[in-house]
Amino acid sequence: MAIEDDVLVIGGGLAGAIAALSAADADRGARVRLVTYKQSTLRHASGLIDVLGYAPDGEGPLADPFPALEGLPRGHPYERVGIDAVREALDFFDGVVGDAYAGGHTDRNALVPTHGGTVKPTARYPTSAAAGLASDDRDGLLVGFETLPDFDAPLAAAHLEAAGVPFDCRGVTLRFPGIVRDDAKVTRYAHLLDRNERVGADALEEAAITTDGGEIGSRDALAAAVRDRLADETRVGFPAILGDERADEVRADLADALGVDVFEVPMGPPSLPGIRLEEMLYDALEAAGVRVTSGVPVVDYETSAGGSDRIARVVVDRHGAEIPHRAEQYVLATGGLVGKGIEADRERFVEQIFDCHVPHADDRYDWFVDDVFGEQPYARFGLAPDHELRPLDANGDPEFANLRAAGAVLGGYDYAAEKSGAGVSIATGYVTGTRAAEESG
Amino acid sequence: MRAEPSNPLEFARTRPIEGGEIMSDAERSTDERESSERSRDAGEFEPIQVFPEAEEMDLRPGADDCYKCSTCDTNCPVAEVDDEFPGPKFQGPEQWRLKRKDDHDVDESVMKCSNCMRCDSTCPSEVPLSQMHNTARGEYVEQNMSKFSREYLRNRILANYRRLAPLAAAFPRTANVVMGLSITRWLGEKTLGITSEREFPEFATETFREWWAKRNGSNVSNPDKRVAYFHGCYANYNTPEVAKALVRVYERFGYEIVVPEQHCSGTPMFANGMLEDARRSAETNVRELASAIDDGADVVASCSSCSMSIRQEYPELFDVDGTGDVAANTWDAVEYLRVHEDLESALEGTSVGPEFDEFAYHAPCHARNQGLDGQTLEVLDVVEGVDVTDVGDSCSGISGTYGWKEENYETSMKIGEEMFEHMSEAGAAAGLTECPTCSMQMEHGTGYEITHTLEVLEAALVGPNAATEST
Repeated sequence: MAIEDDVLVIGGGLAGAIAALSAADADRGARVRLVTYKQSTLRHASGLIDVLGYAPDGEGPLADPFPALEGLPRGHPYERVGIDAVREALDFFDGVVGDAYAGGHTDRNALVPTHGGTVKPTARYPTSAAAGLASDDRDGLLVGFETLPDFDAPLAAAHLEAAGVPFDCRGVTLRFPGIVRDDAKVTRYAHLLDRNERVGADALEEAAITTDGGEIGSRDALAAAVRDRLADETRVGFPAILGDERADEVRADLADALGVDVFEVPMGPPSLPGIRLEEMLYDALEAAGVRVTSGVPVVDYETSAGGSDRIARVVVDRHGAEIPHRAEQYVLATGGLVGKGIEADRERFVEQIFDCHVPHADDRYDWFVDDVFGEQPYARFGLAPDHELRPLDANGDPEFANLRAAGAVLGGYDYAAEKSGAGVSIATGYVTGTRAAEESG
Repeated sequence: MRAEPSNPLEFARTRPIEGGEIMSDAERSTDERESSERSRDAGEFEPIQVFPEAEEMDLRPGADDCYKCSTCDTNCPVAEVDDEFPGPKFQGPEQWRLKRKDDHDVDESVMKCSNCMRCDSTCPSEVPLSQMHNTARGEYVEQNMSKFSREYLRNRILANYRRLAPLAAAFPRTANVVMGLSITRWLGEKTLGITSEREFPEFATETFREWWAKRNGSNVSNPDKRVAYFHGCYANYNTPEVAKALVRVYERFGYEIVVPEQHCSGTPMFANGMLEDARRSAETNVRELASAIDDGADVVASCSSCSMSIRQEYPELFDVDGTGDVAANTWDAVEYLRVHEDLESALEGTSVGPEFDEFAYHAPCHARNQGLDGQTLEVLDVVEGVDVTDVGDSCSGISGTYGWKEENYETSMKIGEEMFEHMSEAGAAAGLTECPTCSMQMEHGTGYEITHTLEVLEAALVGPNAATEST
């Protein structure tokens, strides 16, 4: 007896979650399951939702991604799904995340300061980053912490000024009240603030704060540590560790206590904004009735009898027990080289579950160029789909009639250079999920 | 059809460890790599075997696969509440590297790891984190913890709960009274470091095995449908109603049940670094379960930590003959029915009484790691009269023996805080889970009575008539 559903999505990152949500949406009555192996690269992600920051020829940063979408080469995932689908998908995403994200009021890219002091063009951004936009001309103070070396606030501030932002920016480095160890996890900072844990006298002394009582909540302690360093700035930026479950509350409390706007600067991995987005998506999956199976890989598949081109079922490996899962329609959203939906050895690039065709040169010396930041061919390796996002075999025919692919497992684009990773995942996830549900009925 | 795994770890994961020792061939490997690079002509590159094939457990691929993304650290429930705990990335790959030259001891912080194993199912690079932690913890206890210390004695007692349980089970009423006395709990904390905050679990007046013997074993004889039940310690000594529910549900589907001789699964021993104790238990369990498998049975377990141990930790840590076969044929009891029977159709139209009205469900970490976190909700979805709310993916915090230790009690309760809050928000007044110690924590934090999923299935599929059988 297989575990039965109408639509089975394989992969639990942004593309897989959007595919499952789209499939479960729209009163199609489809029973949807999402199977995900390890945690997705959302934990590495900045949480920014970019659509297109730079054109494939390097032009940019783009003020508006949409005109540039029209000029994309054949085979680019956006070209495959079409611009209308990109817009629909973004609307769908906006509906899922609600007030937690901003930027949907315009087609134009926002410019968000990063922890390195660069400015990233992005279509949507967490509201926690909203007060930090580089197009805003208010002066800003960046606050870093000695125990979080990934964010050097004075350096980031100097970078921003050198990049020509229209405001004065200053950076200071403080001790974080309540954190002792040099290598406390970002989740520890977030938990301390989420729970507003009491911070003892030692921590206050180290942070050079004096209080009457000797013990105060961590939010007040942090505000007190920052207050003395604030000059005329009307906004203060922190590394993105300001709470997890209660991030809005933490930010509002700090803003109240300091009398200025408070924003977060997106950080590298592991990233709280990415984790929060993941949590939002999984809450939405639960609310939509999507069944989620996590921690176990899909390892094999069977086609229908008689050499059919339809996938009959896939096999999930639960610590040695092979559990068959059957659905009408399948979505492959296992990620690319980082997410390990595609792996490379010395001979070839291999899609890991269905061995779908990955077009690439035979000679591995043609896979890369010597200039590290040059146009790397391998960055575009991935599945080549038709307009329905069905992966195509070497002859240009669909590998399977009931398999579609979404997200970084697709080829034809370089998400790192273009700044298009999240947008492609959302657009292709939306299209695959919608089509899969329509055809499963 | 599947492409060959390109990850060397898949090889390493299947290799056993001998005597808990880590192979140290890495110096040789480095030399070979250097010499091969020197001899290579410019412009020509032929791949060579860089590392010799491991004959024993080799944790090096695990360490090398770690690309330091820290995803594991963001999932560690201990690191989230205690910044003194350096997290799974340190305990696993980083500590392994630090120890390469044998001039460092295993850091004592490894004893703060609760062995929830959440890091395992999160690593995007398939680093065998819990395997590395178990190995390091075993080494720490073996080499750095005094065998005469209070901590060692206490941990040994907690880890070998099964050896004491028969005593208590022989005099359950006396034991329950004595264990419940506040003086006993006070003494436990003062002399052994077992927290006095918790109440010891009650012992059943009749163990499952006693009941099973009195009942003359299985009511069904069926050579085609046979399961061997690994009940573990808790369902035998403390909650035989869970074990009986399993028996009745499986007999309802026509299964012949055998109950082999068995020891503790080893879970509390791994968590306390008592690898030799665990190995002895594993030897017995593998031998007995392998023999049942030879007789045509599949193995089912009702405790998610027991199934986790047999399925993952045995093959990762021990070189006992038959381990792989036993691991591959061991199932969670509900999962097995789902795959081998049409459980959903059988449950359609069934209903349960008001005692099973509303539940706050907590998925144990060890069930989560087996991909079973959504199972209970999905299965009970079709049963009339039962409403189950998932309280989210937080860890309960007790992690077996961890939360019983005086020094961990506070951490354990801080971790559990999120689950307690979600339980009270769920609007149910009873809890549901598959793990005995999670259920202790759920009860401790909320005062709710906690039920096992199999008991609900029993009520739905067998009905209240079950109670008329000798209980």
